[in-house]
Amino acid sequence: MTNVESTDVLVIGSGFGGAIPAYHLAAGGARVVVLERGPWLTAKEFDQDFLLGTSNTRIFDFVVGDGMSILGGNCVGGGSVVYFATMPRAPRFVFDRRGGIGRRMWPGSITRDALDPWYDRVCEALPVSMVSWDQVPYAGGLWASACAHAGRTANPVPSAVDVGLCTNCNWMMAGCKFDAKRSLLLNYLPAALAHGAEIRPLHEVQRLTRNDDGSYRVHYRMVDGEDYRVLHAAGAIDAKLVVLGAGTGATPVILRRSEADLGPMPHAVGRYFSGNGERLNTAVFDETRIREVLGLDRGDGTPYEAYQIGRGPTVAAWDRLDGNLPEYERFSLEQLYFPPGLGTILAQVPGVSDGPSWFGREKKEMLRRWQSWLTIFIMSEDDNEGVFGPPPQTGNADRLSQQMLGFGPLRYRPTANTLRGWSLADAEIKDILERDGLARVAPWTNDVIGAYTVHPLASCRIGDDPATSALDDRHELRGHPGIFVTDGSAVPGALTVNPALTIAALAERAMPGIVRAAQARGVTVRYGAPAPDGATAGRRAVASTS
Amino acid sequence: MKVDAPVPETSSGIRTMTIEAFADTILPGAKRHPEDRAVAGAAPGPGATVCGAVELLELPGGGLAPTLDALVGSLNEHADEYIATHGLRPDRDVPSFVALPFEDRTALVRGLTAPDHPEKQLWVGLALFSYMAFDSAAHLRTVDALADRHPGLTFLGFRQPDADGLFRFPRFSYGRKLADPHPQTTQTGSPR
Repeated sequence: MTNVESTDVLVIGSGFGGAIPAYHLAAGGARVVVLERGPWLTAKEFDQDFLLGTSNTRIFDFVVGDGMSILGGNCVGGGSVVYFATMPRAPRFVFDRRGGIGRRMWPGSITRDALDPWYDRVCEALPVSMVSWDQVPYAGGLWASACAHAGRTANPVPSAVDVGLCTNCNWMMAGCKFDAKRSLLLNYLPAALAHGAEIRPLHEVQRLTRNDDGSYRVHYRMVDGEDYRVLHAAGAIDAKLVVLGAGTGATPVILRRSEADLGPMPHAVGRYFSGNGERLNTAVFDETRIREVLGLDRGDGTPYEAYQIGRGPTVAAWDRLDGNLPEYERFSLEQLYFPPGLGTILAQVPGVSDGPSWFGREKKEMLRRWQSWLTIFIMSEDDNEGVFGPPPQTGNADRLSQQMLGFGPLRYRPTANTLRGWSLADAEIKDILERDGLARVAPWTNDVIGAYTVHPLASCRIGDDPATSALDDRHELRGHPGIFVTDGSAVPGALTVNPALTIAALAERAMPGIVRAAQARGVTVRYGAPAPDGATAGRRAVASTS
Repeated sequence: MKVDAPVPETSSGIRTMTIEAFADTILPGAKRHPEDRAVAGAAPGPGATVCGAVELLELPGGGLAPTLDALVGSLNEHADEYIATHGLRPDRDVPSFVALPFEDRTALVRGLTAPDHPEKQLWVGLALFSYMAFDSAAHLRTVDALADRHPGLTFLGFRQPDADGLFRFPRFSYGRKLADPHPQTTQTGSPR
């Protein structure tokens, strides 16, 4: 290491947990540096291509753990670049969840009502829009129709996709080539840059140390732009305040690796991980029954055969999001597209009794009908049973492939509560989709890579109880003043819906407090930036709460 | 099993044949020619082997390439144990795993990928790449694979892109309301 740079605020990660603080702090006058371990790609560099080494693997990480695998973003913009931009608010009962700790998991200061103005800010910033039925792709329509046939309701889900630009190509996990998806590359991040923030891609933060004056030194390694297994030069930056937004799978790993210098971390760092209660089922439809039972026709005599067409999940069934039901028995069921590669191996052949369920002769025949598949995404209430083991030598995983695939230290053994929720959800899906011979359905196997999640949460969570939360309700790391965490790891537990909007709303909510903390640590900064495009309705609405 | 060193006695012919047989167990297909030993011919149409499993696994970026010789050696050792345990008398002209009938290959792979098998992660990795050769042709540009009618993508019915190589589906919706929304939906479209 040659020289150490300095800044006011160092932000680790550039997904929702990093981009939102970077924007507000830069707009407020602070010097901000963002370190992002992944590359910096824009629309013209996003590929509609499965070839290894294209954006499909460059910006996406698949970290296999012991009993739980995490899929997430690895690029400037983080999860917002690879996600499906489905943006519901968490239902009211979620904030009263108790989980396994015998008390409310969420801080007393946060309820749905308290968070709604912050949800509004994010919805204005991205923006998030309602989706009309004529914008719902075939797969969402099929799910809605099946739900209605079974006496259930179904909703088009609010979305951060500009449907006027969207081509329904379903390549969203490789980045949106048409800039229809309103990722952070189109709002918070360019606004942060315009206010002087600096974003450095391919900088992987390894650990933090504390300086004598109470500031922090952030140590990073440069990552090779093509082969992420190769690390290059090391460096360090001093900052008066640090915001961690490295993601649920990385934030606790960085903090644990920093314990040697910073001292003990709160007990909840790297514990209480939640996979958002996620699980998938794949149905194979009988096209003839779709026409006969549901009366669906694409206009050319084809009932469906459209699994490939669309933009991820667009329609969800919320009948079980009922606060009167017992905890662990509430879930949403959302139609989903999952591309081939990772999206086929775990699907099981419905009704197979003898041979293997996830490979072999019958499975290949199931693939023949791939365009008649429909994947249903369960988001339920798990038990925060994930625990991170000792950090790997660098990063948050031992990388196997040059990009995407690695092995991480997370261990997850679903409890009876989690398993019961999954079982109830599986049964509900079966009841809806196998009715009148519409489809055959089976859950994805958990025997191959364990459970899996695209929405990791809670590994460094907020709360009121120091024994079971790593952060106070202002998102400051307990016992380590000046370190804040604003990514999905701060969310206390499973949300029963897609969490991106809640992660973003919590980051927005944390900003007035983080700005005050920065001021107290000698940073000249003020809070009060409008939305990234200059809109001010959201700012006015939260003025009374901050 | 140690996988960081190649197994010297394994020639490249044995390696290719054994990997082909494994991939064909994951997603089986028709024999490429009457004398095909690696592909068992357990199912009509393309399997993972003809889709390019070996080519994909040999790409250095995938991460398994340096371990393939060791994996092949281990797989054939497991096959030897299976043969001994089950009292089989296979043809010794080919690697042990290749010598197994399809149903026995399947039974062995089920055991190797079972939740409690200590080497499960390795065999699941090999299976994952076998899948990726079949269902996403991850060793090829997707537009080229589709233009050349890659057998796996074709089997899936994966649609072709526009003339400029980009995927667009201008007709995508049934265009009508198909269910009642939940009565507790808020004005912004979220659950209450």
